[in-house]
Amino acid sequence: MSGSGAAADPEDTSAPSPARGRAAASDHVLSQVVREQSGRVVAALAASLGSLDVAEESVAEAIEEALRAWRKAGIPQNPGAWLTQAARHNALDRLRREKRYRTKLTDLQPGADSTSALPEEAWSNPSAEVDDRLPLLFGCCHPALAPDAQLALTLRAVCGLTTAQIARATFSTEPATAQRIVRAKRKIGATGIPLRIPDSTERAPRLDIVLTIVSVMYNEAHFVRGGDAAADRDLADDALWLADVVATALPHEPEAHGLLALLLFHRARESARSAGGELVLLVDQDRSRWDQNLIGRARIELELAARLRRPGRWQLQAAIAACHADAETAAATDWLQVLVLYDLLLGHDASPVVRLNRAVALDQVGAPVAALAEVDALQAELGRAHLWHAVRAHLLRRLGRHDEAFAADRRALELTANDAERRLLASRSGR
Amino acid sequence: MFTFDPALDAKVPAERMQDLYARAHEWYRVNASQIADGGAQLQSVETATTVKNTPTGTVVVDGPFSEAKEVIGGFSVIDVPNLDAAIALVRSWPFLELPSWGVEIRPILVVGRKSEA
Repeated sequence: MSGSGAAADPEDTSAPSPARGRAAASDHVLSQVVREQSGRVVAALAASLGSLDVAEESVAEAIEEALRAWRKAGIPQNPGAWLTQAARHNALDRLRREKRYRTKLTDLQPGADSTSALPEEAWSNPSAEVDDRLPLLFGCCHPALAPDAQLALTLRAVCGLTTAQIARATFSTEPATAQRIVRAKRKIGATGIPLRIPDSTERAPRLDIVLTIVSVMYNEAHFVRGGDAAADRDLADDALWLADVVATALPHEPEAHGLLALLLFHRARESARSAGGELVLLVDQDRSRWDQNLIGRARIELELAARLRRPGRWQLQAAIAACHADAETAAATDWLQVLVLYDLLLGHDASPVVRLNRAVALDQVGAPVAALAEVDALQAELGRAHLWHAVRAHLLRRLGRHDEAFAADRRALELTANDAERRLLASRSGR
Repeated sequence: MFTFDPALDAKVPAERMQDLYARAHEWYRVNASQIADGGAQLQSVETATTVKNTPTGTVVVDGPFSEAKEVIGGFSVIDVPNLDAAIALVRSWPFLELPSWGVEIRPILVVGRKSEA
């Protein structure tokens, strides 16, 4: 991880300027260019070297170099070729140092059929039409890796984030993040986790892991926004981009479209989510600030998914988000429809959080007593989540049990405060 | 590596155990091409002896190395192209029908070469 600190410093993010020709480009633009290219370069290099580790390290180094060089000289005409060349150079260096890969050197030596070694060559896969980043993504999200490792590795190998950026974005420290990535890559190499798109029966559960990681990526962004920690990188934007990559590469997977639709609906409401630094609940949001363009795109994705006639949890969550988007005012929300969708969602995902959200819909269709019973039944699982206490407080108040409601609200507040403190401590520790 | 809780296994009816052993035998036969070495089934954990390092030198103690209820019951060496193939093979292991059973997959260390599954 050479020089990661220096290159990743968020230099002057206070004055983001659009890229002006060959003049210094903003870090935001640089990140987008890198993101578009890096996954492809990693995938191609990993395929030709047979080592994700060497490929990924070489590209990560190339990205650091690119960020330094492009900040000064502007973005080259073909940034993909620039990164490929730099990464290949680094890979050569690395292979020379590591004896065990020496046989692979011939594949990379200029002159020795150099054109066949890198991206020009399609992924050696029967379905060569598929985006070559997808096998890489499935490998990074392999169930044999821990979820935090899946996330960190995906951000680095597929999205091209630097270790420093990942550390800030996930409220971790740089050494811990680096360690997590190294361990994950070591396990991929040692156990032979293949970089491939799983087929038939394996496909659905494996895709769900990928989609979950993309969704986690989006949610992490919200924690970060509150903490204002990673101004140089918008993880929500990365998540949207990745959801789009997956849905485009796997057009016949309805859940991929479902997740993209869900994230687009969320993104559309983004600007109305906070006012004066305070979080605004869905019912209180100024709906005129919702981005109708994004909502339109979300509807198209949801429609594409629906046509494939294989419902799933991401599509159902997107359909629920669509119900809210359809309502011009909070009062106009079709809560019965929302409730029906939650009932369907329970068949795919009976997690406590889904049940808690369903209880909110239950209350809205005029069943606060049943809603409270449902919420109370979740105490063992959600009793330490401030959201559980907040929802419970709301229901108790509706039922005229004001003292209990007050107590529940206070507990919710305590837990929120603890949460914030915990995050703060986590981000500071080790620095 | 096959792991299970002997206490729970003891409650399984004898006929069912017999059936599982027969199917396990069949499993080895059907998958012979992917099995490099049938490995070994270990005797019960009561027979275990552990040699440990302590500040005052090595000591020999009765019992397995870990306090966990689950014990390692045996191992087999498989030869497959990657982890996904290993997982697919292991999923079909008949004893996984029993509640406490698990199969730990570990690559073998091959000195001087990249290891195989």
